[in-house]
Amino acid sequence: MSTTTPANTGAHPVEQVGGQAATFVDQRLGSNRFLKRNLSKVFPEHWSFMLGEIALYSFIVVLLTGTYLTLFYKPSMAEVIYNGSYVPLQGIYMSEAYASTLNISFDIRGGLLIRQMHHWSALIFVAAVAVHMFRVFFTGAFRKPREFNWIVGVALTTLALAAGFTGYSLPDDLLSGTGLQIIRGILQAIPLIGTWLAFFVFGGEYPGGDIISRLYSAHILLVPGLILALVTVHLIMVWTQKHTQFPGPGRTNNNVVGYSLLPIYMAKAGGFFFIVFGIIALLSGLVNINPVWIFGPYTPDQVTAGTQPDWYIGWLDGALRLMPNLETVLLGYTISWNILIPGVIIPGILFTGLALYPFLEAWATGDKREHHLLDRPRNAPVRTGIGVMAIVFYGILWMAGGNDLVATAFDLSINAISRTLQVLLIVAPPLAFIITKRTCLSLQRRDRDKLLHGYESGRVLRLPHGEFIEVHQALNEKELAVISSKPDHPVLPAPQKADIDGVRNPNYRKDMLRHKVSAFFYGDNIPKPSAAEIEAGQHHAEEQAAIEAPLHEYEERDVIYNAHGGVLHHPGMPKTNAEQAAEQESRT
Amino acid sequence: MSKRDDASILPANPPHGEPKLGYLPVADIPHKPRVTDTDPKAARRAERQVAGMFILSMLLVVLFVVAFVTIDVTTVIYVPVLGEVGASNLALGLTFGGAVFLIGAGAIQWAKKLMPDVEVVQERHNMTSPKDDTEEAAATYERGKEESGFARYPIIRRTLIGALALFPIPLIVMLRDLWQTPAGANPVEILSSTSWRDGERIVPDIGHNTGENVPGIRPEEIPVGGLVSALPMSIKDLKDDVVANMRDRGKSAIILVRMDPEEIRSQQGEGWDYQGILAYSKICTHVGCPIALYEHRTHHLLCPCHQSTFDLADSGDVIFGPAARRMPQLPIRVDGEGYLVAASDFEEPVGPSFWERG
Repeated sequence: MSTTTPANTGAHPVEQVGGQAATFVDQRLGSNRFLKRNLSKVFPEHWSFMLGEIALYSFIVVLLTGTYLTLFYKPSMAEVIYNGSYVPLQGIYMSEAYASTLNISFDIRGGLLIRQMHHWSALIFVAAVAVHMFRVFFTGAFRKPREFNWIVGVALTTLALAAGFTGYSLPDDLLSGTGLQIIRGILQAIPLIGTWLAFFVFGGEYPGGDIISRLYSAHILLVPGLILALVTVHLIMVWTQKHTQFPGPGRTNNNVVGYSLLPIYMAKAGGFFFIVFGIIALLSGLVNINPVWIFGPYTPDQVTAGTQPDWYIGWLDGALRLMPNLETVLLGYTISWNILIPGVIIPGILFTGLALYPFLEAWATGDKREHHLLDRPRNAPVRTGIGVMAIVFYGILWMAGGNDLVATAFDLSINAISRTLQVLLIVAPPLAFIITKRTCLSLQRRDRDKLLHGYESGRVLRLPHGEFIEVHQALNEKELAVISSKPDHPVLPAPQKADIDGVRNPNYRKDMLRHKVSAFFYGDNIPKPSAAEIEAGQHHAEEQAAIEAPLHEYEERDVIYNAHGGVLHHPGMPKTNAEQAAEQESRT
Repeated sequence: MSKRDDASILPANPPHGEPKLGYLPVADIPHKPRVTDTDPKAARRAERQVAGMFILSMLLVVLFVVAFVTIDVTTVIYVPVLGEVGASNLALGLTFGGAVFLIGAGAIQWAKKLMPDVEVVQERHNMTSPKDDTEEAAATYERGKEESGFARYPIIRRTLIGALALFPIPLIVMLRDLWQTPAGANPVEILSSTSWRDGERIVPDIGHNTGENVPGIRPEEIPVGGLVSALPMSIKDLKDDVVANMRDRGKSAIILVRMDPEEIRSQQGEGWDYQGILAYSKICTHVGCPIALYEHRTHHLLCPCHQSTFDLADSGDVIFGPAARRMPQLPIRVDGEGYLVAASDFEEPVGPSFWERG
């Protein structure tokens, strides 16, 4: 110990112990170098950066509460007679899995709280993952150098769905059993191997006696293990690459502006963990979730109306509901398009497309630069349009997943709802794309105007010679920095068919395609004003300011401000009737 | 190495001089001091708020333990808005949730009011490794390749690749017994038959004791417009075999409906009804949900899962929804004692389609 004398010898005893511990670890791992580098690491701040944090924290809550549940839950399909505290089900035959879930809910103190926390935090986890992904997508945070992390994120999303579904089925209640039955139907629809696959998964003919214990091992070991591993990779990558930041004063592609890890970010992020944890616990104390005792035990010949999966599976169920009933028999083999397309092909395309998107966009735009400054969604209209299109597509499927609830709630015909949604599923996404793209371009135009003339203050002034002008005010620095952060995205040049010597360009078709795609992507973007234009704009603003200056002074002198900061009266205003009357009275 | 790691902390000042309109994302941010920065009283107030939240959190933990010990887990109380709720769950959730939440709220209040709120700048470095590092790594790789002789001994290389490719095979082969296939069994045959056969008594589905005390269903017991969920009598022999019991329920479950024989437009076979009583599989041909939502006036049967609709008066044909196949019909008759029985098994597989179904 003599080799290291802590500099802070006069420190608090706790700190002295801490210092000794740090030394002890450092002598074995060299950890102080890591601490030196990382304790002051800077993280940029924005509310949307908390979405990923919510996902992480709710996942931790899922792990904690899930571990607790395994102490009481029995993953067995053996039949027992229930004799716990819940009176309506006493004496009923059910699986041990369901009985132990009832036991957790009714007989173990705090059991229901933990079970509900597990379910709530799982729902919040998937939701936070989804919204976090939207944030990353719409701001272009997936661009180079973060493509790997995007793919890890897509894998995590898939795993989150898998974790949710495997867990949903474990209580073995009537609702979740019906979900399993649907999964069996989907497995069976897979060409060539589907029939055998279903038998292997269920250990024989549906439902068999194995599925609960198999789902259990997937749910508590396999899937969370993978999630934990990938989350670690995800975070390490964020750490090494440093977090992206939104444009703002002082923020460039080459720096990070924010708060350092110790103490501010540690306090804020650590505090936020407790807030997420606390809200989940409060929610679980107050709001019922998945009351499995209402649904009763599972038997494959019973079903309840208004069956609903957890929210994140709703879109798949909706896809199953909307798909027209196509089935073909080819050479004696059945291909069930009505199940394959919604159950396998659409999710497959969606997730593959999602995973490949960063590479597709980089190819389309020819953009190979590193990006650490986030895009504003409006500055990438096609990407934003694609994102909104996907959300609308998803939203319609999701709505279709609850078409029976919509029908009952609004007293509508379920057939009419389904038909309408079928049409909307085809028509609405492209429409959403066009509207979004146009909206983005309009916003770009407004940004350009702001850069050139400042913003319209809404204050109309009458000049001494009678002219009315609207006062334009200079942008504040934050706005200026944000707007002028817009990157230039040149469209890839159109290739020549042949060079000057008449040699044919071998890559002509490929280059032409890329030219067209990149023109589609960024061709409509409103160019940022040139230096000369800004100069001219500034000049104009100065002129206007010169005109305004005396007026302003005049104005300031007589203005009477009211309580809300508005102007009650200034000399340019006509007199009110009351004032005119008072004036006349004083004259007479 | 050390240069890359050297994270310099600077205040956010514009390093490029005067900001120029439209060109400079780098500008000074005017920092407004907070009340707690200027007013020591406000700072002390914030300090007390933070400590107060931590104290409250501790109190709530004590309350949690008290609630855990004192409140009976079965007690139900009425709370406005929430309705009838378990007292224990509510108390435990509020105390624990509150305790945890307050730690977070306190920490954030502390960070926001008392810790510095001036943003700092850290430089970023290109992710690409410096050229020297790359070259050194490549050289090390080349040396390793040379020393191992990986390139020089093709036979070692190829056999190694072969061995690595084969070694996972046992791991996959062992998955074969996920389904311990009985000798000669194959899924296609299993899926193509049910427990129904000629003379099999139809009994109403009354849960676990189905078939125990009820000898069967007489035709006159089913009113016109009525629906009965039913199972084969043999289910009672499977009472103690959960797997077989569940399997039969998931496959052999049927519904009996009775309609005016005049209203039956078509059936899947000549005379498969008995005096207007029709038996159909209960398992949806789409993805296998059991169906019992029956509208007796229109004879439509609606699946609650995905809304496939079948017309039971017209051979069980699909009239709406994603199901592609009609509901299989079970031919029925009456046995010597006057009870409804099956006349044979289903003529087509019940439940969702599968590849070999044809």
